[in-house]
Amino acid sequence: MGKLKFALYWGAACGGCDVAVVDTHEKLLDIAAAADILFWPIAMDFKYHDVEEIADKHVDVCLFSGAVRNSENEHVAHLLRQKSKVMVAFGACAQLGGIPGLANEKRRQEILDYVYHGSPSTVSQKGVYPQETTSVPEGELRLPKFYDTVMTLDQVVDVDYYLPGCPPESARILEVVEAIVTGNLPPKGAVVGALDKALCDSCPRKREEKKVKAFYRPQEILFDLERCFLEQGLICLGPATRGGCSDPPRCIRSNMPCEGCYGPPPDVTDQGAKMLSAVGSIIDSQDPSEIKKVIDGIVDPLGTFYRFGLPASALRKKRFA
Amino acid sequence: MDNFEPKIIGFYCSWSSQMGVDSAGLEGASYPPNLRLIRVMCSGSVDPEVIIQAFKKGADGVLILGCHLGNCHYRNGNYSALRRFRLLQKTLEQFGLERERLRLEWVSVAEGKRFAGLVGEMTERLRRLGPLKQLS
Repeated sequence: MGKLKFALYWGAACGGCDVAVVDTHEKLLDIAAAADILFWPIAMDFKYHDVEEIADKHVDVCLFSGAVRNSENEHVAHLLRQKSKVMVAFGACAQLGGIPGLANEKRRQEILDYVYHGSPSTVSQKGVYPQETTSVPEGELRLPKFYDTVMTLDQVVDVDYYLPGCPPESARILEVVEAIVTGNLPPKGAVVGALDKALCDSCPRKREEKKVKAFYRPQEILFDLERCFLEQGLICLGPATRGGCSDPPRCIRSNMPCEGCYGPPPDVTDQGAKMLSAVGSIIDSQDPSEIKKVIDGIVDPLGTFYRFGLPASALRKKRFA
Repeated sequence: MDNFEPKIIGFYCSWSSQMGVDSAGLEGASYPPNLRLIRVMCSGSVDPEVIIQAFKKGADGVLILGCHLGNCHYRNGNYSALRRFRLLQKTLEQFGLERERLRLEWVSVAEGKRFAGLVGEMTERLRRLGPLKQLS
């Protein structure tokens, strides 16, 4: 067998997934020894026309990170799908929509207004907004069209595997690359590089009793470093999130509650709803007015329970009047 | 919107609210056919995932019926329902769903007429609100 051919791309992403690939350190050299990288815009100088010239299905594996939220992301997603045998939704944004997916709570125009006009660090005296086409003496300049909805990769193209995480743990990336190199791939549609059990299953914290009278954000209280976060009123998405990022789970290890980046475990159709159900169950009160007060303490349930998965959730985006 | 007939999915528990719904029939109280009833063991067993699926699949409103607080057949299932309902309602508002689309009510055996009345009232409110916007 000749060398494997890889392509890596970032759509609406921060670049953290690419950093996670680089964080494989010297193992990156093993990847480079086993595979030719035909496209990796963040690290190597390729142009889109280089990709267009690749024969269809010539790329063995495409690792696509980032959500799809403009016409450029979508165009490249289609192009790479056409060129690749295996398409991997790489990281939380490609799999679930990720942090950019929270934009589905806003209208397109609200976002543009804030970014190009309203934000405190923006000075825009002329009220300049990006235009899809601009005429200059040298000709016409074009920018990608900014969509009103952030989409997951599989809402745009057919996806073979999902490698979750924000970003995926480097050790998990290596295991998956190893599986690809040895041809040891699971059935199409599988989530790879993660466990089927919820994160709580691999959490080392002590569990006593889940009875909560008030919810806090981590900066608001001094919390016990050994005990389950939820039991202390800190919202931890462990019950509604796939385990397997690392052992022990990496945020837990750093004294932060799980934020849910590995997405829902199998059979959960809506990660946020599942978490909401868990939170509702541990409130220790039978008094309607006290229950209301406890729930008022959860400042932003949508942003908390759907932090990484709004576009992949059942409702996908806010309904505007 | 004149001819809009809302679809309401109703989950009712097998105990007090089952008898309440039944007594509406015995008392000859009528309510609009907009409500599709689904029997569950307890209001506390209605998972928020299921409610969200109902909205996703075209429900304009969801009504959950349980025993009055203190009367749950399983002691505290309806308190569970209440806590999840409050949190879900707050979350659904952030999704742009109006509060009226999700409703939790306690119905006892003696409240057949009241049940019929609240279905009528909810149907009317949803008629005025219009259909829940589905994504294309």
